[in-house]
Amino acid sequence: MSTTDRDEMSGAETTGHEWDGIKELNLPAPRWWLIVFLLTVIWGVGYMVVYPAWPTLSGEGNRGGTPGTAGWSSYSELSDSQQEIMTRRAAYLADFREASYDDILADPGLFEFARAGGGAAFKDNCATCHGTGGAGAPGYPNLNDDAWIWGGTHADIEASIAYGIRSAHGETRVSQMPAFGDLLSAEEISAVTGHVLSLGGGDSSTPLGAQIFSEQCALCHGEAGHGNRDLGAPNLADAIWLYGGTAGEISTQIRSPRHGQMPAWSGRLDADTIRQLTIFVHSLGGGEGAEDSGGSAR
Amino acid sequence: MSAQSEPLVLFAKAARVYPKRVWGRFRKLKWGAMVALLGVYYLAPFLRWDRGPHVPDQAILIDMPARRAYFFMFEIWPQEVYILTGLLVFSAIALFFVTSLFGRVWCGYACPQTVWTDLFVWVERLVQGDRTKRMRLAKAPWSLEKLGKLTLTHMLWLVIGLFTGGAWVLYFNDAPTLIEQALDGAIPWSVGVWILALTFSTYFMAGFARENVCTYYCPYSRFQSAMFDRDSLVIGYDTARGEPRGKHKAGDSWDERGDCIDCHQCVDVCPMGIDIRDGLQMQCIACGLCIDACDSIMDKVDRPRGLVRYDTTANQDARAEGRPEPSTLVRGRTLYYAAILAVVGGLILVGLLGRTEHSLHVLHDRNPLFVTLADGTVRNGYEVNILNKTHGDADYQLRVEGLPGAEMRLRTAGQEHSGDISVFANSVGHFRLFITAPKGRTDRHDFDIVLSDADGQVIDRYTTKFVTGDGR
Repeated sequence: MSTTDRDEMSGAETTGHEWDGIKELNLPAPRWWLIVFLLTVIWGVGYMVVYPAWPTLSGEGNRGGTPGTAGWSSYSELSDSQQEIMTRRAAYLADFREASYDDILADPGLFEFARAGGGAAFKDNCATCHGTGGAGAPGYPNLNDDAWIWGGTHADIEASIAYGIRSAHGETRVSQMPAFGDLLSAEEISAVTGHVLSLGGGDSSTPLGAQIFSEQCALCHGEAGHGNRDLGAPNLADAIWLYGGTAGEISTQIRSPRHGQMPAWSGRLDADTIRQLTIFVHSLGGGEGAEDSGGSAR
Repeated sequence: MSAQSEPLVLFAKAARVYPKRVWGRFRKLKWGAMVALLGVYYLAPFLRWDRGPHVPDQAILIDMPARRAYFFMFEIWPQEVYILTGLLVFSAIALFFVTSLFGRVWCGYACPQTVWTDLFVWVERLVQGDRTKRMRLAKAPWSLEKLGKLTLTHMLWLVIGLFTGGAWVLYFNDAPTLIEQALDGAIPWSVGVWILALTFSTYFMAGFARENVCTYYCPYSRFQSAMFDRDSLVIGYDTARGEPRGKHKAGDSWDERGDCIDCHQCVDVCPMGIDIRDGLQMQCIACGLCIDACDSIMDKVDRPRGLVRYDTTANQDARAEGRPEPSTLVRGRTLYYAAILAVVGGLILVGLLGRTEHSLHVLHDRNPLFVTLADGTVRNGYEVNILNKTHGDADYQLRVEGLPGAEMRLRTAGQEHSGDISVFANSVGHFRLFITAPKGRTDRHDFDIVLSDADGQVIDRYTTKFVTGDGR
């Protein structure tokens, strides 16, 4: 209708809006930009048809949304990638299942498969308590050393992992030390602490301490304090102390012992993963051969 | 400012350059350089070099998956990649050195941008004809002939590009195997991506970008001003002899005028589209085609050659003033470039000659740093890598030095070893090492792990530490 108003300086069309003599220029987006924008809108519509897009009220089946014609979902993508991992593992798993621990140690490929898988599972499940390097903490055993409360052969380690320590599992390893704070006087506890400290070398033993140890402790821990793996009684003559090795820490443990728990992992982890974990833990440096098993004297 | 002022435009669209065909000695040199360089590029991957079994026999090969680079008798492992770095530094200094001696000969004759552009222009000329025909075709309205000629040109360019990318990937794969795979249509996708990328970059760089690459993209041409001095060899127009220029009819006198007959040939043949008579310009790649063009014209009008020629600014000025020409090749600049070149080259040579074929690397465990054992002794763990760079399996002995009474346990995969171990040819052996210090030894301690060959001859040693809780 009317002729378009043009700005003198730039030659651009104005919108007709004017404030204090300043006119607003009409500078629309470039045509190519508009075309690309419209194309993305069309693409978006297609996308909503092909892929899951709109939430629906029915939660079941379609996981709460329109399914899309391509049949893709992030759930199926996840299960596909898990399937791919399983396929890759399957190349080793068949051999791994048939192989004994000795066979695995003799086969570098199987060993690396087991160690790598065990290492990953360890960091996911065990590192919370035992540390990423398996070095433990007070109350949580160090898995690198050569002191094993329940035994350090592959079979021992596998049983500890599968059934747990003082866990709810029927086969669980379980031991309980009485709280001697209720049974012994303070002087007696002090004396027996001195005797325990002397077991690894030292002269802090007294006749009273030796007598109480022999009467109260030796049944499980042995006369020489070397422990008993069948009962889960720790070796008291070595340099490893789960709850600390000072006189104070030892007497505290005698008075009111703490008993750590480890869950049973069978049921949470599959048997293959538990075997991989066994290989991994055994390889940390303290693993024992079959001939070492049960031997607490060293 | 007036109301009619046009919007300010700061961008000048580059005019298309249509270089004219030229004959002469520098053109011949350029053809020769092109054939030689493209020949080397396309054929070098097919050279064989016998290195024994289980090792590639391709003379020049960068084997990315295996992390190895082979160059005839030399072989480089990832640890020695500094030699490649040295080679790059050497190449850069060599470029400066040659520039200080002969000016931009790299730009004019050897740069891939120049060589491929030259090849693409040759194809263009073959299909569409010389300069004037090409210009006319570009201006002509669309016709079946124009469509056909342009299609043919671009198809040929793409084929050249495809071969360029195709040859590139041969340096990273066994050439005969890859060609077999390509004929079966079964090349890996990564190879395909590289081929396509280089096909289209060649097509774009040599077909379209051309002289703009030298003028706008190339850093080397940009810092020419820092490398040039008055003794640099450049292509120069002899202003004293040429001016005043003007048309010349046969039989006219040459007195009172310059030798330049303003025939515009030097401009028409220039692949950069510049006029050399305007003096030294950043765009000039010193290819010498204007010299060929001018010389042939000087021959025709019976004047001496060399109105346009390779010369130094110092010489030009000296001649104009009648002084003796001062420029020589031996100057401070050439001397110190030569010295740097010798030093870098020497370092590379030392690196290559001093290369060990067996080496030992030890990494102390960080988690846990140390382990206290039941008997109170302290154990440390180490990752031990032994590099066997030879092409045969090798036997070694490993022992601890400087930690008396230490007990050593060595393991590969699940197996315990004594100190006697072996590592396969051309590979890295991974071992797990546990060292237990004798009882009572509780201080932090540096010591050596020593690698010797089967006869006990020491090959390599690695100083590492033994950590205990008390020693921190």
